Amino acid sequence: MTLDPGAAWDAATGSPVFGVLLTLAAYQAGRTAWHRTGRHPLVNPVLVAVLLVGVVLWATRVDYAEYLEGGRLVALLLGPATVALAWPLHQELPLVRRAAVPVLGAVVVGSGIAVASAVVVTGLLGGGELLALTMAPKSATTPVSIALAEDNGGLPALSAVLTIVAGILGAVTGPWFLSRLRVEDARVRGLAVGLASHGIGTAQMLHESRTAGAFAGLSMGLTALATSIWVPLLVPVLVPLVT
Amino acid sequence: MIRGLLVLLGCQLVGELLAALLGLHVPGPVLGMVLLLGLLTWRRPGPASGVVRVSEGLLRHLQLLFVPAGAGVFSSLTLIGASAVPLVAGLVLSWGAALLTAAGVALLLLRWRPAKEGA
Repeated sequence: MTLDPGAAWDAATGSPVFGVLLTLAAYQAGRTAWHRTGRHPLVNPVLVAVLLVGVVLWATRVDYAEYLEGGRLVALLLGPATVALAWPLHQELPLVRRAAVPVLGAVVVGSGIAVASAVVVTGLLGGGELLALTMAPKSATTPVSIALAEDNGGLPALSAVLTIVAGILGAVTGPWFLSRLRVEDARVRGLAVGLASHGIGTAQMLHESRTAGAFAGLSMGLTALATSIWVPLLVPVLVPLVT
Repeated sequence: MIRGLLVLLGCQLVGELLAALLGLHVPGPVLGMVLLLGLLTWRRPGPASGVVRVSEGLLRHLQLLFVPAGAGVFSSLTLIGASAVPLVAGLVLSWGAALLTAAGVALLLLRWRPAKEGA
């Protein structure tokens, strides 16, 4: 019998366990770093974990598709976790009911501005029609932004990436940005971060307070809905103007 | 625990069914969230019930679930590098505009309401 380390390595990295293990290990490292730095927003666990996964994949020459065999098993829980956002929302329901008009107003106007500004800025800076279309749905949560990019002629894979980056941007800088502007109301902070940064922003707001988390989750859900209405309305009007 | 997972997955599946049936562009899980909210309002489960414990467990580690999709950034680096200016500026500026607009509109409407009620 001869030992073949190369084949053994390929078998190990080819197994879904590799992706699951790498994702969990990177996230645990991200959390440890986050706690050790006194929960510094820049040391966001998702950001650290994503960078670590990138470094490990590069160093081990495992490609992303292979990693995703396991990664997709972890991401599968995103469905039930989204459903679970009903729990903080339920606990905050009296507060949400009283703020129904501000919530709806902020989501309708905010998501319209998100779509319009994405198309206009990307188009005016020379991104062309394709990238403007790809940028348009980036405020909606990942499954919606992918579906909207498919329907409207963008690049779905790039829309997914832009959406994730918008999420990390919001988790890392959103709370700081709002504090600088002296926006202290937990309801408003949650609404704004949930709108601009969907689930990743919501995860951050859940750590800030239950109220902020509930409003962020609600805002994320409503923004998914509003964005899917705004994109087909605004894109045909704005794209010809800026490209 | 199993009961809680069954409730969450059941809501998600019914949500996906409804979205497909009605041709809505809302993801199944978001409709599932609305369904669960209705269920929670109706049944009022205690803090020790399965659905509450599973929900809290999942939400505590919500960030973990975005890591696999986030790592996709590295496989799009060439595409991003080729159009870095419109992509980065478009993303950052539009993100900021959305955040500020949402916060501004919410603050305005929250302030306007009590003033009206007090008048």
